[in-house]
Amino acid sequence: MKGNEALAEAAIRSGCRHFFGYPITPQTEVAAYMAKKMPKIGGTYLQAESEIAAINMVYGAASAGVRAMTSSSSPGISLKSEGISYIAGADLPCLIINVQRGGPGLGGIQPSQADYWQATRATGHGDFHVLVFAPSTIQEMVDLVGLAFEKADAYRMPAMILADGMLGQMMEPVSFPEEAAEVKLPEKPWATNGHKGKRPHNIVNSLYLKPDQLEKTIVDRFQRYETIKATEARAEEYLVEDAEIVLVAYGATARIVKSAVNTAREMGIKAGMIRPITLWPYPVKNIQKAAETAKHFLCVEMSMGQMVDDVRLAVNGKRPVSFFGHTGGVIPAPGEVLEQIKEIAGGVR
Amino acid sequence: MAKVTISVNVCKGCALCTTACPKKIIELAKDVINAKGYHPARVIDMEKCIGCAMCASMCPDCAIKVER
Amino acid sequence: MAVVFERPKALLDVPTHYCPGCTHGIIHRLVAEAIDALGVEDRAVGVAPVGCAVMAYDYFACDMVEAAHGRAPAVATGLKRSLPDNVIFTYQGDGDLAAIGTAETVHSATRGENITVIFVNNAIYGMTGGQMAPTSLPGQVTQTTPYGRDVKTAGYPVRVCEMLSTLSGVAYAERVTVDTPAHVRQAGAAIKKAFQTQIDKKGFSIVEVVSSCPTNWGLTPAEALQWLRDNMLPYYPLGVYKDTTGGDK
Repeated sequence: MKGNEALAEAAIRSGCRHFFGYPITPQTEVAAYMAKKMPKIGGTYLQAESEIAAINMVYGAASAGVRAMTSSSSPGISLKSEGISYIAGADLPCLIINVQRGGPGLGGIQPSQADYWQATRATGHGDFHVLVFAPSTIQEMVDLVGLAFEKADAYRMPAMILADGMLGQMMEPVSFPEEAAEVKLPEKPWATNGHKGKRPHNIVNSLYLKPDQLEKTIVDRFQRYETIKATEARAEEYLVEDAEIVLVAYGATARIVKSAVNTAREMGIKAGMIRPITLWPYPVKNIQKAAETAKHFLCVEMSMGQMVDDVRLAVNGKRPVSFFGHTGGVIPAPGEVLEQIKEIAGGVR
Repeated sequence: MAKVTISVNVCKGCALCTTACPKKIIELAKDVINAKGYHPARVIDMEKCIGCAMCASMCPDCAIKVER
Repeated sequence: MAVVFERPKALLDVPTHYCPGCTHGIIHRLVAEAIDALGVEDRAVGVAPVGCAVMAYDYFACDMVEAAHGRAPAVATGLKRSLPDNVIFTYQGDGDLAAIGTAETVHSATRGENITVIFVNNAIYGMTGGQMAPTSLPGQVTQTTPYGRDVKTAGYPVRVCEMLSTLSGVAYAERVTVDTPAHVRQAGAAIKKAFQTQIDKKGFSIVEVVSSCPTNWGLTPAEALQWLRDNMLPYYPLGVYKDTTGGDK
C-alpha cells in the first residue's frame, strides 16, 4: 500500500470521520483516499478553500468533540500555523500530517526533512508544543496514526505525523488493526456540542486578556508537557549497546542510515543508530545513555541540520556531534553516509 | 397602566431610550452617577407610559424591563 | 401586570464591555431572542470573531467557540459537519468577515454551508481603535484614512449581501439596521428567519446589520444613528437580497 493511502486508512480505522484538506504535492493521495472513502462510511471529506480554512475547520470539528484531521505538505503547513496555534491555545486534540517537501518558499516537490524546526519549535506563534511522530516505514505510519490520535485526545493537544515525500509515495505491505464496528472515543465533557440543558455553556477559547490568567494557563499546559516528556518519548535503538559511533536519524533517512550502519559493521566498524520515533518529546534519555559509552555522534538528515540541535542539547558537550545531510530534495546515499562513518572511525581509533 | 424598570447600574447612559420614547418621558439623571460612572436613564412621568417597550428595544444593555 | 419586555434567556445576565450606545448590544439581544423563540439554546453553538465582539462567548448562554480573525465560517463549517443537527451561527464584524475572512465567507456561502452568519457592519475597525474597514465609505475619515477614504488608493467599500446573493449556495441574505424601534423589530424577524432557514436545512443564511460605532465615529449614540441613516443606508440599501426558502418573511 502507498504511504499516503496507508495514513488515510489508518486514520479512518482510528475513528476519524472528519477530514478537511487542500491539494498539495506530495500528500494529495491522502485527500484523494479520504474523498473516496468518507462518503461511503458517513464521514466528512471537505476540500477547503485554503489550508487556513482547512485547519480552522479542524478547529471547529475538534471543538465539537470528534476526531478530526488535515494533511498537507510543507508550504501548506506554514499556512496552517495560525490554526495550529489556536488549537494548541484552546487545548483541542487533532491530527495534522505533514508530508514534507523541499523549502523554503515553494521549494521543490521532492522529499525533505527541513520542517523539523517548524514541527518541534515553531508550529505557530506563542508558547506551545505539538506531539510530533516520525514514522520510517509504511507499517509505522499506520501504527503511529492510531497512537497520535490517542495521545492527542489524552493530552488535549494537536499531534503531527512528520513524514516526507519518500514515505508518502513509497509502497510497502502493511497490516491494519482489526476494524472495530465503532472506535470508542474518550469522554470530552469540554466539547461545544450543545449544552442540552444539562450543564452551563462550554467555551472553547484561547483569549486571556489578563496576563496572570494567560500565564497560569500556559504554565499549567507546560506542566502537562513535563509529564509527556517523561513518559511519551520513543526511539528505536539499533546496535547501540557496543557502538562507538552512534548515528541519529529519523523517518526515511533512518532507512538509509541503517543500511550504512550494517555495511560499517561488516567492515568491523562499531556503528549503531538511534532513531527518534517521537521528535517532540525528543528521546533525550536514549541519546544521554548512549553518550556514556559512544565516542562520536553523527546526525544525518535531509536538511542543512536541524535535528542535530536536539542531539547536541542531549549530548551536552560530552562527545563530538557531527552532521551530514542533503537538502532541497536530494536524498543522501548509503555510500555517502558510510564514507562519513569511515572518516569518523579513522579519528575514533 | 404600564411600568418601566431601568436597572440603574446596568445602564451606560447612552440615551438611545430617551430618543426612542414616543411619550418623551425618559431622561438621563444628570444628578445621579451610577456604579459605572454614567448618568443613568430614568422615567420622569410613569403615569404617561403606554408600555410600548420602544425604549427597551433600543437599549443595547438590556437594562430595561417593561410591564403592562 | 405582565412582563412585555425583558432580557432573553439566551443572553447571560452579565455586563458587556461594549461602549455606551454601541448597537452590538441590541444585535446580541436579537440573536438571543431568536434562539429563545426557536427553543434551540440547548443545541446552539455560536462562533465569536476577532474584533469588538471577541468576547461574545461570555455573553451568550449557548456553547461558544472563539475563532481566529476571519475564520469563523470555517470553524462553523467544522462544527456543522460534526454536529449536523445542532444550530451553528457566527457573529462577525466587517473587518473579520469582509477583509481578513473574505475567502472563508465566500466559500462557506458558495458551499451552501448550512450555517447562519450574523454580520455587523459599522464601517470601521472598532476594537483596534478606528481604522479603515472594507466597508468604510468613500471619503470616510478613519485613523488610517486621515484624509478620508480615497477610492483611488484604498478602493471601494464591499457590499456583502449584494456579492453573496450571486452565489447559488446562499438561501437567505437580508440587510437590516437597528437605528429605530421599527427597524429593530425587522432586524429581529430577519435573524429569526435566518436561524429557521438553517433549522429547515435550506443552506447558508446571512443577516447583515448596518450598525454604528459612536466611539470611533466621534459622535454621540443618537448622532451616530443619524449618520448611519444619512450616509450608510444610501450606500448599503436595506432589503432582502436572496431568499430561496419559499416561506413567509
